[in-house]
Amino acid sequence: MIEANNISKSFDGKQVLFDVSAVFQKGKTNLIIGASGTGKSVLLKCIVGLSHPDEGSVYFDKRDFTHANKELQTEVRREMGMLFQGGALFDSTNVEKNVMFPLDVLTKMRYEEKLERVNFCLERVGLENVNKKMPSEISGGMKKRVGIARAIVNNPNYLFCDEPNSGLDPQTSIRIDNLIKDITAEYNITTVVVSHDMNSVLEIGETVIFIYQGKKLWEGTRDDIAASDVRELNDFVFASRVMKELKDSR
Amino acid sequence: MKQLGKFVIFIGQLFVRRESFRTYMKLVFDEAIKVGYNSIFIVVIVSVFMGAVTTVQTAYNLISPLIADPVIALVVRDMTLIELAPTITAIVYAGKVGSNLAGELGTMRITEQIDALEVMGINATSYLVLPKIVGSILMFPLLVIIAAFVSIYGGYVTALVTGVISGTDYIIGIQMDFIPFQVIFAMIKAVTFGFIVASISAFKGFYTEGGALEVGKSSTNAVTSSCIAILAADFLLAYLLAPLLTL
Repeated sequence: MIEANNISKSFDGKQVLFDVSAVFQKGKTNLIIGASGTGKSVLLKCIVGLSHPDEGSVYFDKRDFTHANKELQTEVRREMGMLFQGGALFDSTNVEKNVMFPLDVLTKMRYEEKLERVNFCLERVGLENVNKKMPSEISGGMKKRVGIARAIVNNPNYLFCDEPNSGLDPQTSIRIDNLIKDITAEYNITTVVVSHDMNSVLEIGETVIFIYQGKKLWEGTRDDIAASDVRELNDFVFASRVMKELKDSR
Repeated sequence: MKQLGKFVIFIGQLFVRRESFRTYMKLVFDEAIKVGYNSIFIVVIVSVFMGAVTTVQTAYNLISPLIADPVIALVVRDMTLIELAPTITAIVYAGKVGSNLAGELGTMRITEQIDALEVMGINATSYLVLPKIVGSILMFPLLVIIAAFVSIYGGYVTALVTGVISGTDYIIGIQMDFIPFQVIFAMIKAVTFGFIVASISAFKGFYTEGGALEVGKSSTNAVTSSCIAILAADFLLAYLLAPLLTL
C-alpha cells in the first residue's frame, strides 16, 4: 500500500500541487486522472521520488520514502517498476538487453537465468521473437509492452504507469490496460496509473482520484463516477458526446 | 556561481551509491572505445597538419645566419609537446567527443531514460557519467601521445617535402636539449583536459530540459564551455608548471 500525505509542490514560485493526500491499495489498479497540466504527473513524480515535494510525505508500506536516507530510498526504489509515457527504453541496446537491464545491475543472477526471466516477461506481455530488435525498430505499442516487461522483470511490489495509452490506437490501448490490470492482480502489487484516457478509467480504474488545478477534488471507484455531482469531474469525464450518451443511458 | 556549485554537487554525486566494480569495468571499456578509439582518425589528421604548419612557419620566422637549422625542429618539438598536442587536440576532442556526450545524455534526459534509471534505484549520475569521465581520463593522454608523435613526424615529412630544413637537421633538432619533464607536463595537461571535456559536457547534457532544440543547445554549450575551461586550465597549468621546465 502507498500513502501520499498532504503533498504540496511548487516550481519557480508557482504552486502546482495543493495538499494532496491519497491511498493506493495493494492488488488494485489505482488511477490518478485529470486534464493536462493539472499536476497529476507531478504527483506521480513526487510519489516515485523523481521530484521532492515541498511538503508532505509518501509512505510505501509504512516506510517514509520522502524523508528516508539514500539507502532506504534505494531499497524502496528497487521494489518499483515504472512504465514511462514514451517507454523510456535505452536506445543503444536491443529489446532483450533493455528488459534484462534491471537484472544485470541489481541482481547476481547467471546469464541463463536472466534470459529465462526476460523471455518469460516478454511472453507475458505478448511479445515473442523481438529480443534482438532495437527500440527504433518496434511500434509505439510494442515499446510500451517492452516497458511493462522491463518494469515487472524484477518482481516489483509497486508498479507505476505514466500515461500508458498516450499515442496508441484504441485497440492497443485496451490491450495495454488489460495487461496492467492482469499483472496487478496476478502479482498482487500496488499499481498507480496516471491517465486522462476515459476508456482506461472505465476499464481498469478500481480506485480513482481526480486532480483539478493541483487539488484532489474527488475520489472513488469507476462505478461511482457516473453518480458524482462534482461538476469539474463530470465536465472532464463526460466531455465527449459518446460519454454523455453513455451517462444518460444509465 | 550557481552553475559552479551545481557542477561541484554533480561531481560529488559520481561517488555515492555506486554500482559494482564489474559493472563499471565494462562501461569504462565501452566508453574508452567510444571516446578514444573512435577519435584517432580526426586526431591524426589534425596532428599531421599541426606539425606541418609549425615546421613551415617556424622555418620562415627563423631565417638568420646566427640560428642553426636544427633549432627549427627543436621549436617544433617543444611547441608540440608542451602546447599544441595537448591543447589543440583537446579543442578538437571537445568538438567531437564533448558534443556527442552532451547530446547523448541530453537525449536520455528528455526521453526519460535517466528517470527510468533513477526509479530503478540506480544512481544515474554515477552509472552514466563516471565511466565517461574515467574513459576520457584514460584515453585522452593516449590521444595526446599519438598527436605528439604524428605531429613531430608530420613536421619531418614536411621538412623533407618542402626542403625548408634537411631531414638530418630535423632529427638532430628534435633530440637537442630535450627535457623529459616536457612529456610529464603534456600528460598532466592531457589528464586535466580529459577530465574537463568529459565532466563539463556530461554536466551540460545531464541537466538538459525541454526537447530536441535544447539537446542541440546543450551540445553547443558543452563545446563552448569545455573550450573556455581548457584554455583557462592551460594558462593555469603553464603558470604553475612552466618554471619546472627550467630546473
